[in-house]
Amino acid sequence: MRVLAAMSGGVDSAVAAARAVDAGHDVVGVHMALSRNRDQFRTGSRGCCSIEDAGDARRACDVLGIPYYVWDLSERFEETVVADFLAEYAAGRTPNPCVRCNEHIKFEALADKALALGFDAVCTGHYARIVARDDGQRELHRARDAAKDQSYVLAVMGPERLARAMFPLGDAATKDEVRAEAAARGLSVSVKPDSYDICFVADGDTRGFLRDRLGSRPGPIVDTAGDVLGAHDGTYGYTIGQRKGLAIGRPAPDGKPRYVLSIMPVTSTVVVGSIDELDVATVRAGSAVWFADADADGDWFACEAQVRAHGEAIGVCARTVPDGGVEVDVTAGAAHRLKGVAAGQSLVLYDGSRVLAQATVDATTPAVRA
Amino acid sequence: MTTYLDHAATTPMLPEAARVLAEQLVRTGNPSSLHTAGRAARRVVEESREQIAATLGARPSEVIFTGGGTEADNLAVKGLFWARRRQDPARMRILVSAVEHHAVIDPAFWMAAHAGAEIVLLPVDQDGVLRLDALAAELEAHGEQAALISVMWANNEVGALQPLDDVVALARRYGVPVHADAVQAVGQLPVDFAASGLDALTVSGHKVGGPGGVGALVARRGLELTPVLHGGGQERGVRSGTLAVPLIASMAVALEAAVAAQPGYAVGVGALRDQLVAAVRHVAGDAALRGPADLARRLPANAHFTFPGCEGDSLLYLLDSAGIECSTGSACQAGVPQPSHVLLAMGLDEVEARGALRFSLGRTSTLADVDALAAALPGVVDRARAAGLAGAAHSSGGAA
Repeated sequence: MRVLAAMSGGVDSAVAAARAVDAGHDVVGVHMALSRNRDQFRTGSRGCCSIEDAGDARRACDVLGIPYYVWDLSERFEETVVADFLAEYAAGRTPNPCVRCNEHIKFEALADKALALGFDAVCTGHYARIVARDDGQRELHRARDAAKDQSYVLAVMGPERLARAMFPLGDAATKDEVRAEAAARGLSVSVKPDSYDICFVADGDTRGFLRDRLGSRPGPIVDTAGDVLGAHDGTYGYTIGQRKGLAIGRPAPDGKPRYVLSIMPVTSTVVVGSIDELDVATVRAGSAVWFADADADGDWFACEAQVRAHGEAIGVCARTVPDGGVEVDVTAGAAHRLKGVAAGQSLVLYDGSRVLAQATVDATTPAVRA
Repeated sequence: MTTYLDHAATTPMLPEAARVLAEQLVRTGNPSSLHTAGRAARRVVEESREQIAATLGARPSEVIFTGGGTEADNLAVKGLFWARRRQDPARMRILVSAVEHHAVIDPAFWMAAHAGAEIVLLPVDQDGVLRLDALAAELEAHGEQAALISVMWANNEVGALQPLDDVVALARRYGVPVHADAVQAVGQLPVDFAASGLDALTVSGHKVGGPGGVGALVARRGLELTPVLHGGGQERGVRSGTLAVPLIASMAVALEAAVAAQPGYAVGVGALRDQLVAAVRHVAGDAALRGPADLARRLPANAHFTFPGCEGDSLLYLLDSAGIECSTGSACQAGVPQPSHVLLAMGLDEVEARGALRFSLGRTSTLADVDALAAALPGVVDRARAAGLAGAAHSSGGAA
């Protein structure tokens, strides 16, 4: 196969490309340039968008003996990932830009161009497994290394895009194994630290980035009774479930910490309350992407739900709802509680290790507690 | 078997230049040392200097060795600006054509940002040729404030020859020194420094079959240049740094050979280029030749096209995987092709400029190279166009 290996400049994508070469594929490395003005992006060794990272990707390709190109996808990245990030925060929601990048950039813009140029598959350093079924369909599963599993951020790609994806690290036992393999192969990126932050927020200051791009939009911080407790300069600086940085002078009457319960961008209001008020009973999510056959009748079925990249999956009941949505009933699985779910977050349903569906949270209902 | 069509980026070393380089590499001696070994090295440098001067129609004392074409261009722009402004503080304006190489444009912008210069980008016509009327108007309005003019002998991307005789004549009236980057011209066109009337001229080693990392600024006797590199005072104090004897000797051999061969080479490579242009037009009918359509008004080894609906990086990848090596012709930032400032200055929009490819021939080029390109190009263009559309399918900008 002709395989395009997306090379971020990090250790995972380098080893993934190396494994694709070992598997006998005809591999070409491509580094995606996601910003026209590279100074905007952080220049440390943690990201995937600095000039240093492009150089590391080039060097890794040299070592592997494969061609290396840089493709400029900055316009698409700005139009989709960054624009969505800003619009979602402006609307009082909490987006996951890595999910959108996988959806619109890696497995759409990059993959579409790759296929048009004659490639058969796109290989990345994601930790997830692709399981081929007897009927020819492919399933997306969690990685063998649960700590590194990235099936949550990949689920948005759906079955069609999965058909042209390749994740050679899905069976890796641990990240240490991958680092050791990189070192053994002479890839100098073996000791690069992992990336965590949002790549297009240069200094990791997401609130400052949003303030620069969205402007100051001040408003009150209130409790559930409507009493004003403080002020803020933009609801985009807050996320459901957030505790730190609220800057409320007065303690709560019960002396317990306060959390962000809801965000109302139209009135620029942030509502805070106790931790118990964060519990949700049901979650509604839209734009669902199904890997399994969706039950159009809307019957409830048992599965597990995950709402954060590094959160745990909890037992729930789920069903399809009209207009391509999903509803999840958290109360069905009494063993777990789900707290602080924000609109905009990605909801992924699992059956064991297998991804069933992905959707974007639109609304939640609170669990009723005394 | 690869087809190398990127001789304007760099070209194979002449065997004679490689031999001299190897010979000199194993010799010891700093040309600034006063002992026997130093004197021997100095002799090699000075003979090379004389050889280069004779080759380019200059005097030996007019040749300043540098670490390459970029350094020579920087020395010309910065050194002339500082020297002229010291003589006459009113001379703040740096006049450069809008199609100069980055080695000229970027120092000019840097001087504007850091040294109080005012930059004047002189416009070009749709062929990429300097508009003399604009230069005349600028000089008429601000001639007393002009510190220097830098206009290249021939453009490195689209090959357009520039009207240097007229530039020099205009500049003389206002006492403005003129520098020309002749990195692409030497070996392809007759270059005679004295006859040109220029005040300074840049040449490079590796573009003419010499080694990389060496070049020279030819600067008229009496021309004041403020140094950019300070140190041991080599090269009359204008360019400090231990002289790279092997590189200089090798460059001298290559320059001499290239200039001696130039008349016949230009005819032969020009004919091959004409065949390449005809072949591209034949197999890719909508490809647009950029630069002067009159092939006599461009570098004989240069051809440059834009392919509508295609991304240059797609074309480059597909040609590379078909064994054909060429260039988009424009500068990269960490490997990302930027829309060429040359094409934009010629009036192309960013979308048109994105589909650019430069094919540059050299001493080792043959008709087989042209045939290989013609064979690969139709499939490559079709596929690149499909990929270009795939990339634009979800774009909201509408600039497909």
